[in-house]
Parts: sequence; C-alpha cells; structure tokens
Amino acid sequence: MLRIGAGSFVCTKKMYMQARQVQKLSKVIWQNIRRQTVDCKEMLERCVVKIRQKTENSIEKCFSRFQQMQYLDPKVKKIHREDHQRYLESMLRRLPLHYECLDSSRPWNVYWILQAAHLLNFTFDDETLEHVVEFLIKCRHPNGGFAGGPGQYPHLAPTYAAVNSLCLIGTSNAYRAIDRESLMQFLFSVREPDGSFRLHVDGETDVRGAYCAISCAKLTNMPEEVIKKLFDKTGDWIARCQTYEGGFGGAPDLEAHGGYTFCGIAALALLDEGHKCDIEQLLKWNLQRQMPFEGGFQGRTNKLVDGCYSFWVGATIPITQAFISQKSGSMKKSLFDTSALQEYILVCCQKANGGLIDKPGKPQDLYHTCYTLSGVSIAQHSESSLNPQVLGDPANELLPTHPLFNVPPRAVARSLAHFELLNDNFKDFRNPSSCQLDTGGNQYKNDCEKSSIESYMEVEGVVSATEEEEAQISSVSSSISN
Amino acid sequence: MEQSYESAVGTIQRILGLYFVKCLKGGKMSDSDSDDWSEEWIPYSERNEWADIVPIPQDDGEHPIVAIAYSPKFREVFDYFRAVLAHREKSQRALELTADALRLNPANYTVWQYRRDILRALESDLYEELDYLDEVIRDNAKNYQVWHHRRVIVEMLNDSSKELELTEVALERDNKNYHAWQHRQWAIKTFDLFENELSFVDRLIAEDIRNNSAWNQRFFVLKHFGFTSDVVQREIQYTMNRIRVVKNNESAWNYLGGILKYEDNGTGNCHQEVLSFCEELYTSGVRSPYLLAFLIDLYRDQCLQQSNVTESDVLSRKVFNLCNDMSKKYDIVRRKYWQYIAEQFKENLAEK
Ligand SMILES: [Zn+2]
Repeated sequence: MLRIGAGSFVCTKKMYMQARQVQKLSKVIWQNIRRQTVDCKEMLERCVVKIRQKTENSIEKCFSRFQQMQYLDPKVKKIHREDHQRYLESMLRRLPLHYECLDSSRPWNVYWILQAAHLLNFTFDDETLEHVVEFLIKCRHPNGGFAGGPGQYPHLAPTYAAVNSLCLIGTSNAYRAIDRESLMQFLFSVREPDGSFRLHVDGETDVRGAYCAISCAKLTNMPEEVIKKLFDKTGDWIARCQTYEGGFGGAPDLEAHGGYTFCGIAALALLDEGHKCDIEQLLKWNLQRQMPFEGGFQGRTNKLVDGCYSFWVGATIPITQAFISQKSGSMKKSLFDTSALQEYILVCCQKANGGLIDKPGKPQDLYHTCYTLSGVSIAQHSESSLNPQVLGDPANELLPTHPLFNVPPRAVARSLAHFELLNDNFKDFRNPSSCQLDTGGNQYKNDCEKSSIESYMEVEGVVSATEEEEAQISSVSSSISN
Repeated sequence: MEQSYESAVGTIQRILGLYFVKCLKGGKMSDSDSDDWSEEWIPYSERNEWADIVPIPQDDGEHPIVAIAYSPKFREVFDYFRAVLAHREKSQRALELTADALRLNPANYTVWQYRRDILRALESDLYEELDYLDEVIRDNAKNYQVWHHRRVIVEMLNDSSKELELTEVALERDNKNYHAWQHRQWAIKTFDLFENELSFVDRLIAEDIRNNSAWNQRFFVLKHFGFTSDVVQREIQYTMNRIRVVKNNESAWNYLGGILKYEDNGTGNCHQEVLSFCEELYTSGVRSPYLLAFLIDLYRDQCLQQSNVTESDVLSRKVFNLCNDMSKKYDIVRRKYWQYIAEQFKENLAEK
C-alpha cells in the first residue's frame, strides 16, 4: 500500500522488522510503541499526524495497515479454509444484488469459484457440478463460443472462463459441452488479419483476446493445422506489446501492466514463441513488481499493491524462468520472495467472514478470492512440487495450479488426453492430403507444453491422481520433457 | 535522511489520497438504485407504447448457477431487451431501452453491440451519441465497453476533435486510468495528433513525477518522432533532472534505461554523462535500489566490452559488490535475483 522513497526504504524495512518484534504485544502496548521516539516509529507517528490533517478516513487505513503487523504471529498465519469454503459454497448457486455489474461475466463467477475450491481442496457434489455444466451450456452460443450469460453474444473472456470451468469439472458431459467444432468457428470469427484477436465480433482488441483464444485452443488440444492457421502472426503481434520497461501492455505502445503481461507471456509460451520477446528484461520487470514492504505485487510501476497480481505477476515469473532455463540451463530457485507474497495474502488479504481481497479495507469478491489463492499456490509450488514452500502452518498448503491456464495440472492432462481422441476423428474427417499431419499431431503435443513447464511442472499433477490419471499424466509429462 | 523522510511522508499522503478516492468509487459496484431516475420510474409493463411487446425472461435452465439476485427493475428492463433483440427491432424506442439497460449494467457488451446496430440502421445523429457518451464515460471511466463504443462512433464520424479533451478530463480525475490512456493513444495514432502531446505529458509529469503512465506516454510520443541522437541527448538531460528531484522514482529510471536502449543506431556504448551522473549520486550517498541496479547494468556492459584486464577486473569487482549490497541491504526482497545476476555475470566473464 505504501510505496516509499529510497532512503525511507531502509526505514520502512526497519519499521517492518520492529513490527515483527512487537507481534506478541497487545494493542495497548502497540499504541504506546507508536508514541516512542525511536526514529522510524517517530516517522510513522509524524506521517500519521500529517495524514490526519488530510482526511480522517485515510488515517484509519494507515492504522489498520500497521495494526495488521502485530498479528504477524506465526500461529495466526493461517488460511481460513472453512470460512473461504463457506463463502464459495454460498456463492455458487446465488449471488447478491451487487453482482448485477457482473451479469455479463457469469461464467467467470463459475470459474473463480471452481478454481478457488480446487486450490482449497474441496469439491462440489456431482449433482451440483452437473448443474454447472447445464448452466454453461445455456451460456453457449449456437454459433460457438460462450457468452457472459444466457442469450448474450459470445465473447472470448467468458469463453475462456467456461472452457476452464468445464475442464476443471472434467466429466464427459463437461467436455461435450465445450463443443470444440463450433468453438473453433468462433475463434476464427474474432481473429484479425494481423494476428490479434477481438474480444467479440465488433468488440475491442487487446492481448487478453489473444491469450483467451490460445488458451482455449490449446486446452482443447485443437489440431496443429488449425492452431497454425488460427494463430498465424499472433506471436509477433503479442511481442509488439512488450514495452521499454519489460512488461507487456494491452496493445502496442500501452503501459506495461501485470494482467496483460501474464496474458502476453502465457500466450507466447503456449505458442512456443517466447524467443520473440526480451526475456531478461521481462524477468526483471516482473520481479520489480514485488513490494519490499508489503510483500505483495503491484500491477504497474509506482502503483499500489493488489492481491490479484499475486497470480498475474506471480505466475509470470516461473513461466519466464522456464524460458531462461530452456535457453541457458536450469534455474532451480524461484527468484521472487515466495514467503513475503504468502505473508501478504495470509495477513492482509483474508476477510473475517470468508473470501479474499485486493488490499486491507476492500470488500471481498470472487475474482480476488480466486487470484490471491492462485498466487499463493504458485508461490508454494514454483520451486518444487515435491517440497512445497509453505509459509506458516503446513496445513496452509494449497493444491498446485498450471501457470499457463490456471486450472489444476491434472485437469490439463485429462483434457489434452480427452481431445486427442477427437483429433483422430478430425483427421479421418479431413481429406487425405492432411494425413501428413499424423506426425504433426504428436509433434504438437511435444511443442505445446515443453517450453514453459519442464523446469518445474514435472510431476505436480500426481498429487492425488488415480492410477488411470497417473498413466495419462506420465504420458503427457514425458511428452513435455522431451 | 530528513529529505527522503519528507518525501516519504508526501508519498504516503499522495498514495492514501488516491487510494481513498478509489475506494469510494470501488465500493459502489452497482448504481441501479441511485439518484435521479428511481422516483419517476414507470415499469415497462405499464407503458402503453410497449404494450405490443411480450418480455422474454432469462433462460437460466432448471437449476440456475451463480444466479444474481436482480432488482425487479433490472430484471424487467433486460426481459424487454431480450424481446427487442429477438425481434431484431431497430427503432427509437429500442435505442432508448438500450440506454436504460446500459445504465443498469454498462458492462453488457451485447447491449452495446446491439445499440450500434440500431444507430447504424436508424442513421442516428452520432454527435448526439458522443454527448451521451461523455456522460456515460464520466460515470464509468474504467469500463472496457464504453471506451470501445466511443472509438467506434468516432471512427464512424471520422472526427476526433473531442477526444483529446475527453481523455484529458478523464485523466484529471485519475491520471493513471488505463482505458483513457489507451483511447488517447489510439486517437493520436489514428488521426495524427502527436503535435502537442509532449507538452501535455510534460505537464502531467510535473504534476506527479511518479506517474508512470505519463512517462510511458512520453516514450510513445518520442518513438513516433524517432530516437535520434539529439532527442536522446535531450531526454537524458530531462530525465536526469527529474531523478535529481526524486531519486527513488522507478518510472524515471526505467525511462532512462528505455531511451538508451532504443536509441537509433545505438552503439550500445554507455553515455559517459549518464555514468558520471550515477556515480555522482552514489558518491553523495544515494542508495536507491534503482540507482544501484542501473550501475550494475552499466558496469557489467562496460566490463564485458573491456579488453584491458586490469580495467575489467575493477569493473567486475564493482558489479559483484553492488550485487552483494543489493541482496543483503538495499533490495532484500529480490536477493535471489541479484544472486542470479552475479552468477550470470560470472559465467559471462568466463566465456569472455
Ligand atoms: Zn485486484
């Protein structure tokens, strides 16, 4: 929340360390400490006094932020699983009135809930999940793609959310609900000649469009010839979105931004075209987004911390590191401060009545619940799946997520395997000249995954897989590691 | 110490001020029941001119999921919208209906798209649409759909005369509004409005030296005119002057790195004045991590180009020391990165 100057960086760090020391003291003692005149506390005091002159409400924010620090007791650093579960369960069927503004993003609400539930390792009963599939079919447009709600036009963002949700559910009904043939038609209908993608017909163009399209196409294992045609020049267009700072903007020339940076690099990774951007500059920009005092990430240079960038920036880092590993030998360590990120989420972003938030003082919502937890999962699993880096209580460990799609690695493996079968039919369906694609199909499977995952994704999917799933995973991961 | 302390207080105030404004805005997710129109609201079902329309309820299926607890008004307006959409009715009353629907949910891209279809079919006065959008954008400045609609209408009119002012007003309210910057860049590129943009950027940077969006815009403008050596020279001075004012401003440091890198026919050689500037700051006791990171880059590049062994040793020692300082003192949160940079550098030296 507080992005502070250079000399003062030392000071804030000091404040932070001192706050840690007083973590066991009561609120009263905390307030006394604030009155002491040790340099950095004095600074805090004077800052508070100055701010008081500005606005009463701002002080409250400042106070609550510092009061948070006293709770840094390791025992308090806990993920409130039950609260979050209750929150998510109550939202899946019914959303309150103030979600009217998300009436054109209903598959997103589904996805945020299912993905957060996965991370917290709970699931909904089969009947409920079947109802989710039925509902998403209602959102599917007759001409392909999914809409923000029943009866609306198809749009790439809810399409991405719906495809991810259906793969998370992973039943044969769910896969059928994707209707890959019409999805393909929809993707072609929003493609621009320069390789960029509109979010919907007659809609805006930005790097979200390219990412959502690529993610859907790859997750449903579309045949290589389709991918080639669909994403011709797309990698070049995306690479043009990288700015002098190193991150990606929403379109060429726009300011580097955490959300678009994720979309850009994940899309390039899925296309195996990461070499088209400046990877070292990207790595540096991403790491710079971690705030020294708060531990969380900001989305742009000189902006405030926000919990959702825990995923957008957090996931970009291992993807970027995987590229570097591919180029110049393995990087075993995750280069950002994974504990500091977890600490920010655990201490500052959990709401007492369930759900997670952007920063202290904000209300909880499904979007931030999903992406803060996804960020924690990335922080825990980005170095090694066998030895996760869990801050605080070991029970804080979340299930892993696939950094390119943000669904469980197991869901990715199963979806790829499922749609591979469709590809056989697809090939038969096409004219004989496309038979050369036979090898292309296998080649695709290798290409699509190896770039981004090999360095650290190896066995993450195995966590609680059944025998059959394990077989599928190992086939995928062997194709990855080749 | 006192100086940086003061500037820190200023930063905190500034940030909290912005933060507070954002919270107020952010706290209000929906304004469906607000202000001027709730009182005289007549339900569509009670309006004679709509008597011929049978509203179509939303089909959520037998077992709705993520069903929003719509207000009765929201539900009714969209029931009528669905009916109009189903009949493809393109009329004045349909146009007015879309305005009601968009007021309830300005993020409904289907309604916006259909509104455009109606405008085209009716050959409506698009200048009226621009006026309408002025208002809608003022209330929903962080919404993808409103800005896109604006763009399409401006394209149809082929008249960009109001776009700079519109975005300027939006940026006055929030100087980092991404959508406003995006629209502004689009208008500037499409209608070649670069001429006075640099002075606009100057003003914004003067108002808030940490406004990274403004620095990015500066880069955008200069990229258009070309990074000739004159321009680069001027920009180096401009940026160094601003770093002298606020030393720990990442925006300015990133910009400095950017122009050096993008310089036309850039030799890759470091500008001597930039090096002296950085060394001066360092000698005067500044330990901003951005300064140190910049020095690491400069020394590293110099060292790898240096053929004289003694000189090269001096430079490499500087790099290692700075990386060490960063990871232990000045940039602890990124300690693993600085260790990585040192290791990379060691490898580069070995290959040299
Ligand atoms: Zn956020």
